[in-house]
Amino acid sequence: MSSSIETLISREYQHGFVTDIESDTMPAGLSEDVVRAISAKKGEPGFMVEWRLKAYRRWLSMKEPHWPNVTYGPIDYQATSYYSAPKTKKPLGSIDDVDPELLKTYEKLGIPLYEQKMLAGVAVDAIFDSVSVGTTMREELAKHGIIFCSFGEALREHPDLVEKYLGSVVPYSDNFFAALNSAVFSDGSFVYVPKGVRCPVELSTYFRINSADTGQFERTLIIADEGAYVSYLEGCTAPKRSTNQLHAAVVELVALKGATIKYSTVQNWYAGDKEGRGGIYNFVTKRGKAAENAKISWTQVETGSAITWKYPSVILQGDNSVGEFYSVAVVNNKQQADTGTKMIHIGRNTKSTIVSKGISAGEGNNSYRGRVQVLPRATGARNYTQCDSMLVGNRCGAHTFPYIEVGNNSAIVEHEASTSKIGEDQIFYLKQRGLSAEQAVSMIVSGFCKEVFKELPMEFALEAQALLGITLEGSVG
Amino acid sequence: MSLIEIKDLHATVGDKEILKGIDLTVDAGEIHAVMGPNGSGKSTLAQVLAGNPAYEVTGGSVTYDGKDLLALPPEERAQNGIFLAFQYPVEIPGVSNAYFLRAAYNEVRKAHGEEEVDPLEFADFMEEKLALVDMDASMLNRSVNQGFSGGEKKRNEILQMAVLQPRLAILDETDSGLDIDALRIVADGVNKLKRPDNATIVVTHYQRLLNYIVPDFVHVLVNGRIAKSGGKELALELEDKGYDWVTSGAPVGAGAA
Repeated sequence: MSSSIETLISREYQHGFVTDIESDTMPAGLSEDVVRAISAKKGEPGFMVEWRLKAYRRWLSMKEPHWPNVTYGPIDYQATSYYSAPKTKKPLGSIDDVDPELLKTYEKLGIPLYEQKMLAGVAVDAIFDSVSVGTTMREELAKHGIIFCSFGEALREHPDLVEKYLGSVVPYSDNFFAALNSAVFSDGSFVYVPKGVRCPVELSTYFRINSADTGQFERTLIIADEGAYVSYLEGCTAPKRSTNQLHAAVVELVALKGATIKYSTVQNWYAGDKEGRGGIYNFVTKRGKAAENAKISWTQVETGSAITWKYPSVILQGDNSVGEFYSVAVVNNKQQADTGTKMIHIGRNTKSTIVSKGISAGEGNNSYRGRVQVLPRATGARNYTQCDSMLVGNRCGAHTFPYIEVGNNSAIVEHEASTSKIGEDQIFYLKQRGLSAEQAVSMIVSGFCKEVFKELPMEFALEAQALLGITLEGSVG
Repeated sequence: MSLIEIKDLHATVGDKEILKGIDLTVDAGEIHAVMGPNGSGKSTLAQVLAGNPAYEVTGGSVTYDGKDLLALPPEERAQNGIFLAFQYPVEIPGVSNAYFLRAAYNEVRKAHGEEEVDPLEFADFMEEKLALVDMDASMLNRSVNQGFSGGEKKRNEILQMAVLQPRLAILDETDSGLDIDALRIVADGVNKLKRPDNATIVVTHYQRLLNYIVPDFVHVLVNGRIAKSGGKELALELEDKGYDWVTSGAPVGAGAA
């Protein structure tokens, strides 16, 4: 009677520890005073506080969106603290000034903060709760004129660049969560790659939520000037908490003429327990704008969070610009994900590729939501969409909501979709060759996701594959 | 001691009893052919020995290498040297044959307390194995069985057998869908893998395969029981007279349904 795929056991979240560190946390609640206080704490220039206040006022007039295919109780925005920073006695001068407890945390997470470990070729900015605690390899990058620092520092040291591009892709009025982020974001990462420079290393940010009842609202702004190239990696973890925590980030990518930005995410926020208690609400706005001949490529592996609401998109503004979206989204237990992309074709001969792999296990619910829009001017636009779902067991769900709007007769838009189930016959075949059920599922799923994994930088791909195995561990017996 | 001893084995799928009391003993160094008409339970016997959960064992015992085989999960049976060459090899899209073979090989090695091999060592090891089934190294980079022709799939099964070096190999209708050249390659592979300490059970409907893989014993399965056993000449006799010859002489009660 009982199918072997039906037996569920659970594997503990590995990054669920809490760091014992003194934090400077603002009391819960949100008001104009809180917005001003955040800005003051960060020592921001005047234009910034004005921008935040405009965003806050706009947010007050907006309603939380309920069109995603997810369900959750009401969020009390006054019960969240909007700023939390590890306490330090003096401003951070170098990596050596960082609290050893904090460094230990990052070590546990496997993030190499020390310069000597940086030989691996990744420069890391680590965001702990709301503030950035250290950016490595900065000097090396500075030689190429590349700016890679925390958002706060960028505001102090490069206010002109920030003012010019902040909100240029995701305006503060864009949506409810983007407006909230614009009002209260406390830090994030900033990247500027000058004209014609190919960034020699992968840039990386690691986000960590530590404090209880804190929201994390980081903001990332990446600008690749004409002909520049940059590859950026983002990873996320959080401790286990029995209550839900809000994460509302905004990422803006600006790819100027002929530039390429590759943005990869491995998202492993705490997903809540088997009964669906706790976990991160991941409501994120990510968008890039590609100028003439520019290319923006999003790759995401979403394994964590109780709820994921995320549509990394590309505005293909310039002629011949290219947008790509490669996604693996896994849900297990009671996780819910509503994720996909928007490709807005404005320029002529613009091309976009969407490859989405959704895996649902346990009682998880996975939705792909995508919009491909070809505006009347976009002669010769081309889109290819492939959207595959895999089901593990009988209690999960997979949904696809593709929206296609074509306003130019010369456009070619393709959409392919498939739904498959991990077969008992596949699992038995692999077991008969000596593999355990978990190895078998991990192998089948990795094969299913291969087209996406090959887009990730090597080390990240291995991590993603391991994470996938962990997330699905216990989904079969 | 026998390598495997099957006693009064009964098995069902759904509510239907397929195996109705199988007795079969195989010693190391032997090749046994299990023949029989369609629906007689040949493939079920193969699947049950490999531990397919779709079949329920309802009676009898199987002792393998001194162990209670039926108490072991499929992966442990495999690690202990039981190999099933599938009648319908399963496709695993996106997983390269090389990756899959190495993972399986390492699991078996681990079970024997041996060190895992890295991809480079494994590539060397694979060279002679590929030659054994006349396969090109490019096969290793293709997804497991995906887009393989019928013959390629069967050869891939024998390649896996060569890699895992089982003590008891069960070939389930390995000849079905093979042309004469592929049949010869597959049979050659199996013959080369024969050693005094391993054994093979060849499940087949036709006598043709047994021209190439010469059995020491032939058993005819009818309606879930072994109706007749003999030497290799029994297969020829069957080819000549058809299964009706055995069916009509089946033991009393075997025809009950």
